[in-house]
Amino acid sequence: MSEGEKPAPEQIPTAPPAAKPAAPSGPKGEAKAGPAKTEAKPAAPPGPPDPEPPPDAAVPACVTALQSGLPGAVEHVSVWVGDWTVVVPAGRLVDAATFLRDQAACRFDYLSDLTAVDWLGRDARFDVVLCLYSTALRHRLRVKVRVADGEPVPSVAGLWPAANWLEREVFDMFGITFTGHPDLRRILMPPDWQGHPQRKDYPLEGPGELLMENPQDWLKAGQAAVESGIE
Amino acid sequence: METETPRPMFDTDEMVLNMGPQHPSTHGVLRLVLKLDGERVVGCDPVIGYLHRGIEKLSEHRDYTQVVLLTDRMDYVAAATNNLGYVETIEKLYSLEVPRRARYIRTILAELQRVASHLLWLGSSAGDLGALTVLLFGLRERELVLDLFEEYCGARLTYNTMRIGGQPVDVPPDWGRKILAFCDEQERKLPDYEDLLTNNRIFLQRTKGIGVISGADAIALGLSGPPLRGSGVARDVRKDEPYAAYDEMDFDIAVGTEGDTYDRYLVRLEEIRQSLRILRQAVDGLPEGPVMGKVPRLIKPPAGETFHAIEAPKGELGFFVASDGKSVSPYRMRVRPASFCNLQALPRLVVGHLVADVVALVGTIDIVLGEVDR
Repeated sequence: MSEGEKPAPEQIPTAPPAAKPAAPSGPKGEAKAGPAKTEAKPAAPPGPPDPEPPPDAAVPACVTALQSGLPGAVEHVSVWVGDWTVVVPAGRLVDAATFLRDQAACRFDYLSDLTAVDWLGRDARFDVVLCLYSTALRHRLRVKVRVADGEPVPSVAGLWPAANWLEREVFDMFGITFTGHPDLRRILMPPDWQGHPQRKDYPLEGPGELLMENPQDWLKAGQAAVESGIE
Repeated sequence: METETPRPMFDTDEMVLNMGPQHPSTHGVLRLVLKLDGERVVGCDPVIGYLHRGIEKLSEHRDYTQVVLLTDRMDYVAAATNNLGYVETIEKLYSLEVPRRARYIRTILAELQRVASHLLWLGSSAGDLGALTVLLFGLRERELVLDLFEEYCGARLTYNTMRIGGQPVDVPPDWGRKILAFCDEQERKLPDYEDLLTNNRIFLQRTKGIGVISGADAIALGLSGPPLRGSGVARDVRKDEPYAAYDEMDFDIAVGTEGDTYDRYLVRLEEIRQSLRILRQAVDGLPEGPVMGKVPRLIKPPAGETFHAIEAPKGELGFFVASDGKSVSPYRMRVRPASFCNLQALPRLVVGHLVADVVALVGTIDIVLGEVDR
């Protein structure tokens, strides 16, 4: 299945240059085609490897506390270059986040970052990644939620107000909706922007760039995008 | 039956004022939609994105080495710090060993950058409050830092001065002595700024008790850097999660007590002093050896993800990089911009204050719109 999925992102970046023959982009077009070709050779990424911790690794107390305190909330534990990550089902995110924030062994009071990764070709396409930090215990943990396209994620803005803009940015860039978010609007892109630029099937040189060069092409590209299923 | 009272022609209670996008005190293209009750701010909605260049998206289409150049363009008044955050993240993801001499040079560059950034902040935010002399003083000393950077890497603003695995060049001869001379010069000049501001009655009135935020609120809002430390939270990535050569440096974390604009000013001034202290140690203790580690010719980290944060002058600058192990470009390159997260606290800070204080408060959180919008 993943093999069949891969050509889709390839086609879209090549479509816009075809739609603007007059654009003076000789060397630019070649440079763009280079990385696209190297990406096309390997199979579609099935997602991050998330390697299991080695059996002799000392599991941090916050992970064991979460596993025992909220049975079933931790789907997977992984460690890579010293970073511990737990995968949590979307439905349990707020429970797990509250637990991680308030429990004595965790005390993750600082939401360092909240972002997403688009693993195009995987069933649950997006990883929503929360990078937590504890100012009291000075440790870090990443919490990941895997969601399919269109599947909402519960907002953690009620737990950490810092999540407000970060979730808005993820919504803007990936089109992931956060239920319970106080003010879910676009933040970096203009309010009337079409599509979500950080998605892997969104071309690097997108309709917005065409608009600047030739407004007529923009209309065509926009129509093609609608027909091909890009929001 | 009583009919509905006729609506007044104008809403006389509240007024909406657009500050920006090109207001001189917004330090870039930032628009603040202020809701005013007379002179008092009752609501504030920052509108950002005017400088969005899609650096994260662009990084997915560039080599790992090419992305260093893109990071220059985020916080462009502290470009070397951005380089440092990015290359260290890739080194962590790739498990590369960086020579000790290179880590020292990076520490020197990062601290020079912190001094330059704080000087520019000091000058511009004091200038916003009318103290134009400080602006000239700040820019004058910043010029000395730029000269040092120019001598090291040839550029004055966007340095592109770090490589994955080490430093591109060794330090020029006599550079260390010039840094020490700069430290002495800067140390002599610091009392000048303090004479102009620290006990200045106008400055005190404009900053004391303005934009107060408690430590707990600052943590919950995700503030970092001087705005967090001004509220009394001794959180500094350099101490808590040492990177480069900070584990070998001796310095103190500057913390405030009140969490107001004045304390954030004091914290930044003290940070300049601590930076000079680190610079002297790093120059004196600069070890011999290579500046570039053993790095594969083609940077292609194994599949995996990592997050790494450093203490930028503006706050915690984090990079989250995911590699699929097959491509020579990052699969995902996410920046946790300090300015973006700090700007989020602005509505919280300005509500209840006067319009004139908005200027002081935009200054006090020290944002660079290039980093906010990326």
